[in-house]
Amino acid sequence: MSTLLEPFEFAFFRHGLIVATLAGGLCGLVGVYVVLRGMSYIGHGLSHAIFGGAAASAVVGFNFYLGAGIWGLASALMIGRVTRRRIIGSDAAIGVITTASFALGLVLFGTFGTARKSVDAVLFGNILGVTMTDVWVVVGVSLFAAAVVFLRYRALLFTTFDPEVADVSGVDVARMDALLMLVLAVSILATMKVIGVVLLAAMLVIPPVCARMLTSSFARMLWLSTVIGAVCGFVGMYLSYHLDVSSGATIVLVGAALFCVVFSVTGRVPTSGGRSAVTSLTID
Amino acid sequence: MSALVSLDHVTCAYDRDGARPVLADVSLSIEAGAFTGIVGPSGSGKTTLLRAVLGTVPPASGTVTRRRGLRVGYVPQVETVDWSFPVTVREAVLMARTSGRRLPWMSRAERAEVDDVLARLGLGDGIAGRHIRELSGGQQQRVFVARALLRRPDLLLLDEPTSGVDVRTRHEVLHLLGDLNADGLAIALTTHDLNGIAAHLPHLVCLNTSVIGEGAPREVLTPAVLERTYGAPMEVLEHGGMPVVVDGAGPRLRSVG
Repeated sequence: MSTLLEPFEFAFFRHGLIVATLAGGLCGLVGVYVVLRGMSYIGHGLSHAIFGGAAASAVVGFNFYLGAGIWGLASALMIGRVTRRRIIGSDAAIGVITTASFALGLVLFGTFGTARKSVDAVLFGNILGVTMTDVWVVVGVSLFAAAVVFLRYRALLFTTFDPEVADVSGVDVARMDALLMLVLAVSILATMKVIGVVLLAAMLVIPPVCARMLTSSFARMLWLSTVIGAVCGFVGMYLSYHLDVSSGATIVLVGAALFCVVFSVTGRVPTSGGRSAVTSLTID
Repeated sequence: MSALVSLDHVTCAYDRDGARPVLADVSLSIEAGAFTGIVGPSGSGKTTLLRAVLGTVPPASGTVTRRRGLRVGYVPQVETVDWSFPVTVREAVLMARTSGRRLPWMSRAERAEVDDVLARLGLGDGIAGRHIRELSGGQQQRVFVARALLRRPDLLLLDEPTSGVDVRTRHEVLHLLGDLNADGLAIALTTHDLNGIAAHLPHLVCLNTSVIGEGAPREVLTPAVLERTYGAPMEVLEHGGMPVVVDGAGPRLRSVG
């Protein structure tokens, strides 16, 4: 019993556990919109783009969260702007903008970075580096995301399901898209220290996909995905201590294991074609 | 009757210089209580016309005038709906209520209102909690009509409401729209179905970038207007006092065979 409770004696672990649980829940909540809009790749891309912002902030001595946050939001809005022009698809726009940002981050770290360790920490997460500031940042971002989802629930659902009709029904679709991008960018920013940019995309996708296999109601999918993400964060963080492996990787592996269980039990896979299937209106 | 929407010499284009207009010099109006069908070949501008009425496509030239305070309900093609999206019937209908109450869950009054609209459209008990994919084609179409009706529109626009549905569903949809129109709701819809839908409507607009003909089916479903609209010969017969359009290529193909 004492072995099981041993990690809770350490303050760094308690901080890490709080952050990992909140980060998992946050990714699960925001991930519902990411998955249903067919934007799973944007989670992956944006987490890489923010790496560029983190590198630039470190080089010029700017506040990490502010610099990387502005960079991530700018990348997300740029993707949206390029995609709206419809000359190239969203997948290509995400590929160009986010990988360019990621590459810039690598160059900046390589040229001006003080230690290879900091790159690894951003890429794969480092729970040992979690400070009380990080805890409060994750708490704040989680509250912000929950408030946005709560207060804009109907408009966000409408724009996710049917943006064309939402637009003609008085919903400011562009504003809702920008708000979602803001929530996504700050969520990635707040959780990347725990899970790492490389593995973060998985936590944006696995909980909502599991939840989707368990329910056909949007409201239930939202809270199920949040709970699944939080459980993955808690269990993954706890196991990573005993197994002495990367916390981010363990959290993702717990999520993947849960996906396998849910998939085998429910026997069906969500076949969402994403937002493109919803928006494609035949133009005569 | 008073016009709900008037289009005056409207031209719309998606390219920047407007060199290839999708709609050219279109003038028409939708009156209160109207039941109008818009027919034309693929690429003729039917959806763009609906979008111009909705205001989502601004005209490159000309003016679109809507009656002050006009509420428009829009039902998109069901083929564009993501049927695997996790929404129940009640959630799908309630989406239309975006103003006023902001809380995620519905109030007692909203629940009663949604149930009333569903019951009015023949979607009774047991349907509201089901996923939208679990419904029949006619029921699915009714769900999206219900969503539009929740906004209490003066004008209902439908884009190809019977596209890809069987005969029974087509009858269901046509009767439903007829009942709504009889209750005073103005309706405009696009359709490819000349015999199954268009011929049954009181007023038609034949469109091919510009308006080729407008009036009662008997006036516009003529070989001359149809050939100009579709660019192909068509014959018009009469059955039970209604025009029946026959593809003019049929006899030639048989003679080839």
